[in-house]
Amino acid sequence: MTPLLQARGLTHRFGRVPALDDVSLLLRRHEILAIVGESGSGKTTLLNVLSGRLAPQSGDVLFHDGSAALSLAARGEIAVRKLQRARWGYVAQDPRAALRLDITAGGNIGERLMASGARNYAEIRATASRWLEAVEIDPQRLDDLPRTFSGGMLQRLQIAATLVTDPELVFMDEPTGGLDVSVQARILDLIRSLVRRLGLAVLLVTHDIGVARLLADRLIVMRHGRIVEHGLTDQVLDDPHHEYTQLLVASVLPA
Amino acid sequence: MIRAEGLDKTFTLHLQGGVRLAVLRDAAITVRAGECVVLAGPSGAGKSTLLRALYGNYRIDRGRIMVRQDDAMVDLAQADPQTIIALRRATLGYVSQFLRAMPRVAARDIVAETLLARSLEPAIAQRRAAAMLERLGIAPRLHALPPATFSGGEQQRVNLARSFVAAWPILLLDEPTASLDSANRDEVVRLINEVKSAGTAVIGILHDTASRDRIADRTLTLTPAVDDTAALEPA
Repeated sequence: MTPLLQARGLTHRFGRVPALDDVSLLLRRHEILAIVGESGSGKTTLLNVLSGRLAPQSGDVLFHDGSAALSLAARGEIAVRKLQRARWGYVAQDPRAALRLDITAGGNIGERLMASGARNYAEIRATASRWLEAVEIDPQRLDDLPRTFSGGMLQRLQIAATLVTDPELVFMDEPTGGLDVSVQARILDLIRSLVRRLGLAVLLVTHDIGVARLLADRLIVMRHGRIVEHGLTDQVLDDPHHEYTQLLVASVLPA
Repeated sequence: MIRAEGLDKTFTLHLQGGVRLAVLRDAAITVRAGECVVLAGPSGAGKSTLLRALYGNYRIDRGRIMVRQDDAMVDLAQADPQTIIALRRATLGYVSQFLRAMPRVAARDIVAETLLARSLEPAIAQRRAAAMLERLGIAPRLHALPPATFSGGEQQRVNLARSFVAAWPILLLDEPTASLDSANRDEVVRLINEVKSAGTAVIGILHDTASRDRIADRTLTLTPAVDDTAALEPA
C-alpha cells in the first residue's frame, strides 16, 4: 500500500522534558494507526507535529502527494495550511474548542467548504444538510446554534465539519474522551463506518486501548516520548512484549 | 496449504517479576487442503498459543509459518502488517472462542463485513449473511439487533457465521462447538465437513470429543514445553 505520511527522527523537548525522542513512523493510505500511551507520553505532541501544527526541533514529516514526497518544512506554512483546510482533517477532543459556537451548525460545516473554495450558497447548504444526516443529526437542526447541542451531538457536528471536504487523512485526538459511555459507542461506530466508506487514513491518539482495538489496524505504544512497541493492533494487545504495554493491557477493567 | 516448523514461543511476564514461560518448543504442523487436524494435549500444552501463532496474533520467537496465498508461499512469521491483514481478509480465517464486536452493529452487519471486506456487493453480502445466521439458528427477528444482548450460545453462533459465511483456504477454530446445544453442534460439524470437502485446510481445538471424531483426519498432540508447571492458557 502506498505511503501517505512519514515521520523521520522526530525530536522535540519542552524545557528539559523530551516530548518526542527520535520517533519515526509510516502511515499508509486507507490505514488507521492508533497512538496509545499515558498522559505525558508525548502522543499529543506527536499528533501536533504530524499534522503540521508544531514544527519539530529536529527530524521531518513527509507527506506523500501523488508521486512526490515533500517534507512539511519544505512545503512551507502556506502550503501546509492549504493541506489542513482541505485534504487533511483534525478532530479535537473538545468540540467546543474546534467549532464556532456563535454560528449555526450549517455554518460550521459550510465554513470549511468555503475555505476550500466552494461559493454556491445553495450547494453548500445542501451539502451541510447531507452531512448532518450522515452523522445522525436531524437536518432540521441546520440553522440551530451548536450551543443548543449535547456533547455527543457537538462531537458528531465536528466530525461532519471535518469530513465535508472529503479529506484523505484525518488526525483524531481522543475523539471519544469526555463523553458518556453510551455516546462513545455511537461515535466509535460512526467513525468506523465513515472511515471504511470514505477510505480515509486516520492517525488516532487515545489513551483508551478499547477504542484502539475497535478502530485501528496498527498500534504504536509511546512512553516518555519514545515508541516502545508497535505492530498489528491485536498482536500488541494480545501478546504485549514491552513491560509498559503489559502494564497498559493489564490495567484495563474487563467489561 | 500451511506448513509451520521450528516454532518457539516464550512469554516474558514483566509484571510478575520477569517470569519466563516457554510454551512452544520446536513445534511443527503441516495441513493439506481438505484436511482437518485437531490439536490435543493437556491444558497448558500450548494449543491456543499455537493456533494464535498460526493466525499471526501471537508473535513467535523463532520458526517459519509458510502459508499458501494464491500461488505463492508467504512466511507469516516474517510478514509485514499489511501482508498479514491481506492474508486474514481472504486466506486465513479464525474463529475465536468469544465474539468481540462493535457495540451498536447489528448481527447481520457483523457477518456481512467478512464479505464486504472482499468487495462483495452489499445486497449480496447481506443476503448471504442472513442465510448463514439462519442456518446457525439465529432467527431473522434478531438479525437487525446488536449481539451484545444475545445469550452466550447465540453470540458464539454469530461469531461462527462471521467466518463460515465466506470460503477460506485455511480455517483455524478455537473451541467452535463450546457453549452450543447439540442441534447447533451438529450444524457446525456439518459446516466444517462442507468446507473440508471444498478444500479448506482446518486446524481446530475441540474438547468436545464427539464433534472432534466427526471432523478430524489427524490429531496432533502437544506436550508442555520444558518443565513449566504453570499452565498458560490465554484469556
